[in-house]
Amino acid sequence: MGNSDQKIQAWRRENGRVGVRNHVIILPVDDISNAACEAVANNVKGTMALPHAYGRLQFGADLDLHFRTMIGTGANPNVAAVIVIGIEPDWTQVIVDGIAETGKPVTGFSIEQKGDFETIRQASWKAKEYVHWATELQKESCDLSELWVSTKCGESDTTTGLSSCPTVGNMYDKLLPHGLTGVFGETSEITGAEHICAKRAATPEAAEKFMKTFQAYQDEVIEAHKTSDLSDSQPTKGNILGGLTTIEEKALGNLEKIGRTSRYIDVLEPAEAPAMGPGLYYMDTSSAAAECVTLMAAAGYVIHTFPTGQGNVVGNPIVPVIKISGNPRTLRTMGEHIDVDVTGVLTREQTIDQAGDALIDMIRRTANGRHTAAEALGHREFVMTKLYRSA
Amino acid sequence: MTHPQLLVHDRDDNVGVVVVEGLTAGTDMLCVVTADNSDFRLTVTDDVPIGHKVALGDLSEGDTVIKYGADIGRMVGPAAKGSHVHTHNLKTKRW
Repeated sequence: MGNSDQKIQAWRRENGRVGVRNHVIILPVDDISNAACEAVANNVKGTMALPHAYGRLQFGADLDLHFRTMIGTGANPNVAAVIVIGIEPDWTQVIVDGIAETGKPVTGFSIEQKGDFETIRQASWKAKEYVHWATELQKESCDLSELWVSTKCGESDTTTGLSSCPTVGNMYDKLLPHGLTGVFGETSEITGAEHICAKRAATPEAAEKFMKTFQAYQDEVIEAHKTSDLSDSQPTKGNILGGLTTIEEKALGNLEKIGRTSRYIDVLEPAEAPAMGPGLYYMDTSSAAAECVTLMAAAGYVIHTFPTGQGNVVGNPIVPVIKISGNPRTLRTMGEHIDVDVTGVLTREQTIDQAGDALIDMIRRTANGRHTAAEALGHREFVMTKLYRSA
Repeated sequence: MTHPQLLVHDRDDNVGVVVVEGLTAGTDMLCVVTADNSDFRLTVTDDVPIGHKVALGDLSEGDTVIKYGADIGRMVGPAAKGSHVHTHNLKTKRW
């Protein structure tokens, strides 16, 4: 493939990873530190606050996931430097120390015994210093295949399974053999195709890990919390309007995103960074768009490919989300959200091979700096996954 | 070039997907199987919205519906050849 060995201009971070954006972020440890973070971001242009809803009195696996998501977000190569603000110093320092392992600049501030005013004053000085430093960092030539590219589809319909999902699958089939790192997930949306997904594992160990993850989700989440069944949630009302009838049908369309030849080499916990080198991974995630993209960004993925049928508008604060759609009605009624138009697949004027090449070209352009539709429209959905209620 | 009105994933499938807007009952559809690019014609008997499914043959209650060459659920009501298949006559086997 001629388009697989292309070069991109991007930032190589202290730990060797390649980033395609150069954000200075102001990261709240907890919900009550959002206001201070937003004030700092308002004071210092070129920074971005990432407000969220959680971070107090969490415990156990839920607290582990919170820290993993916070640290992973700060550690993402699309982020140049990080200000962390929390109500108290101890949990703030846990996050600062985790991010510091990447070698990037990070400083923590805590509000207790100081108040918002003094915290904002101190953090603003440091944030300004980081902006001056980050804006002088130069891009360098990197291989396209050094990128970590995630995928998750949303507002799926039958056109996603015919066009936009196999477009992503074609991209993975072409780029993974060259050293790309990929990930897909959405555990609830594998239901009905779990046997097919298990067969797409590269090793018996990965297949076994996947089936264990899938069964745990059925037993610990669905069986534990359902009131009737999932018919009102999976498929969603939007999916049904788009023509999808059953979860099996939706799952088979979802799996089109891993193409024909791609095999996943390991199964990740939510927000867990891949540790087995380049290749495709499965991550145990919710199928809700913002939650899933946030978890994949926290695992270190720097570009997200997002097939949509009926038109999901999601974005992410630190990761460009490339939208792909083959539904002509969606292109007509909400085309401002779509980056890659694959309607030609439905009219048989474009092959999946050509659509895959068009997506690879858009990944290259996005890596080089083109803002995605979601970035241009200000979609910055940052949504933490919460496993259970706080103490 | 004539655009197809219906796409079918696999030769084993017994439903296809409408890929044009405003399809009305009585239309003689060009249907293409994406797996091998073969085509056939079928007359649709309902107004079927874009993205929705059409029965390729007569389906009876209890029949398994095949799409992507795989089981996507069972019929809970009949659907004659060329008619609309959706939540009113097709249900998951999972829940």
